[in-house]
Amino acid sequence: MGKRTIVPFGPQHPALPEPVHLDLELEDETVVRAIPSIGYVHRGLEKLAEKRDYNDMIYVMERVCGICSFGHGWGYAGAVEGLMRVQIPDRAECLRIMFHELSRVHSHLLWLGLLADGLGFDSLFMHCWRIREKVLDVFEAITGGRVIMSFCKVGGVRKDLTPEMLRMVRDTCDMIEEEMRKTALVFMKDSSVRNRLCGTGVLSKEDIVELSAVGPVARGSGVNNDVRSTSPMYRDLGFSPVLYDEGDCWSRCMVRVDEIMQSLDIIRNAVRDLPDGEVSVPVKGNAPVGDYVFRVEQPRGEGFYYVQGNGSKYLSRARVRTPTNINIPAMTRMLQGCNLQDVSMLVITIDPCISCTER
Amino acid sequence: MSGTTKSPWLLHYDASSCNGCDIEVLACLTPVYDVERFGVINTGDPKQADIFLVTGAVNDQNKEVVKQLYDQMPEPKVVVAVGVCACSGGIFRDCYNILGGVDKVIPVDVYVPGCAARPESIIDGVVKGLDVLEKKRLKLREEEGKR
Amino acid sequence: MTEEIRQMFETVSPEDIPGMAEKLKTEGYRLVQLCGVTKEGHTEILYSFDKDFCLRNLKVDVPFGQTVGSITPWYWAAFVYENEVHDLFDVEFTDSKLDYKGNFFRMSVKTPWKGPEAAPKEGA
Repeated sequence: MGKRTIVPFGPQHPALPEPVHLDLELEDETVVRAIPSIGYVHRGLEKLAEKRDYNDMIYVMERVCGICSFGHGWGYAGAVEGLMRVQIPDRAECLRIMFHELSRVHSHLLWLGLLADGLGFDSLFMHCWRIREKVLDVFEAITGGRVIMSFCKVGGVRKDLTPEMLRMVRDTCDMIEEEMRKTALVFMKDSSVRNRLCGTGVLSKEDIVELSAVGPVARGSGVNNDVRSTSPMYRDLGFSPVLYDEGDCWSRCMVRVDEIMQSLDIIRNAVRDLPDGEVSVPVKGNAPVGDYVFRVEQPRGEGFYYVQGNGSKYLSRARVRTPTNINIPAMTRMLQGCNLQDVSMLVITIDPCISCTER
Repeated sequence: MSGTTKSPWLLHYDASSCNGCDIEVLACLTPVYDVERFGVINTGDPKQADIFLVTGAVNDQNKEVVKQLYDQMPEPKVVVAVGVCACSGGIFRDCYNILGGVDKVIPVDVYVPGCAARPESIIDGVVKGLDVLEKKRLKLREEEGKR
Repeated sequence: MTEEIRQMFETVSPEDIPGMAEKLKTEGYRLVQLCGVTKEGHTEILYSFDKDFCLRNLKVDVPFGQTVGSITPWYWAAFVYENEVHDLFDVEFTDSKLDYKGNFFRMSVKTPWKGPEAAPKEGA
């Protein structure tokens, strides 16, 4: 038995994309225990609900995270709409799905790039990010923003898409699909990628259930808790959960690769089947006393939104539980018994978004 | 112009940003914007860095980290605050755990506005930072000459 | 996205929480989240559990200064939330499997959500 050492890891570390801190207890090169500590990015934005009325709060909520910002806006808007008993038009719902899936495509491409970067496969990193820019171009053309779009508002979406914009969305999907076909092969077949990913960081089905993990982490171990499964509109647009059974880094990677492909189909179907009608309904007046919970499947997993009204324009509580938050325990489990060299890789595979986690 | 200003190395730290600006900083380095063609390299090592890009506002937990990273950087060095949060606290200025812009902790040379800051303006900010870097370098040399 | 058509909220007393967690665990529920809300005279803690895309939300009213039993013996992942609620709302959890002892979040303000001053005013 070797000597036990504790190595501090982060918050700023060359191999780490996110400001998270880990205390790694090592026995020689093997991690015995990992204790995460967070709080570097904690802002306390949920408390701003007391200073911004429920219509304005969405702009704060969007900034929970700059990558899945659209989904956070949707989750919050959905919860407020539920609390206010507002039914949004079908066209708005469909546009939200379209934008959310576009966000998923760019978020997963971003992640694939970071993974490639972690592997030391720089050209692959560059390719993934190059493809990702096409999605951002669409966002920019339609909403004016690349990252924070403020497209979603309480009661629907901010603006309607013109036929030209819809055509642009569809054509971009075709372009990305063509590029992804080639790039996906690298993740699937390339020996240097597989060497590093296959068999590392295995989480069994039981681990997932025990640790309540969500998103691609859960689906990489064959557990479906994709909340899109419950949405009739998603089903009509061709959604079915992507599941892999191996539970290692590679299967988590493949879940995301396959989800990109599926999301592209969903977006094109949404363009084709976009219902006619209005894109928003006005939401006015005080929020009633009551609670509402709402869930959205973010690129990283299930996002949970809870609002509590108190009869005024201000909410008593706006809560967001982000996917990374619940995946941190799974990450610490994964790190137990791994090599020190694999730590950054394993941290990346849960697609951590610490900004989300700490809010 | 010296070698440093022809090929500045960047150190990026996410103070309490929403990741929007961080991703845009990274996007600058990837093919569409590709600042590497100007010799700009992103490094994780503060001791090799010339320009410190900070995104997000500072809070009590990370202000030590920001300070310590800044102190580790060799002179001359330039700090670029990227995004409105790093400039002033932005939308989060009212939050209980936000101290304010990065200039509350370390001296900032260039402020890049935007939420999120666009890659073009980040590049612009870095280029502005190069002028400051050159001035600081000359000043440093002058002082060395006096000694 | 998911219309939580049946918004299920139940009120549970603080003493019953560990027993409830044990029961839900054996029934196969997964932990979704824990969060606090500051009310007058007490902190309301909302526990959410999910089974087959159906949420069960348990509301627990904890008077200021009182403790709650930790659910980490059954749901280890709850340590993230329990430490968060402890740091933000100053609610003590007993028998936790991983207690950061108030060092989870390091903030400028101590327990910023703690009531009653932190409770939102009506129509503020």
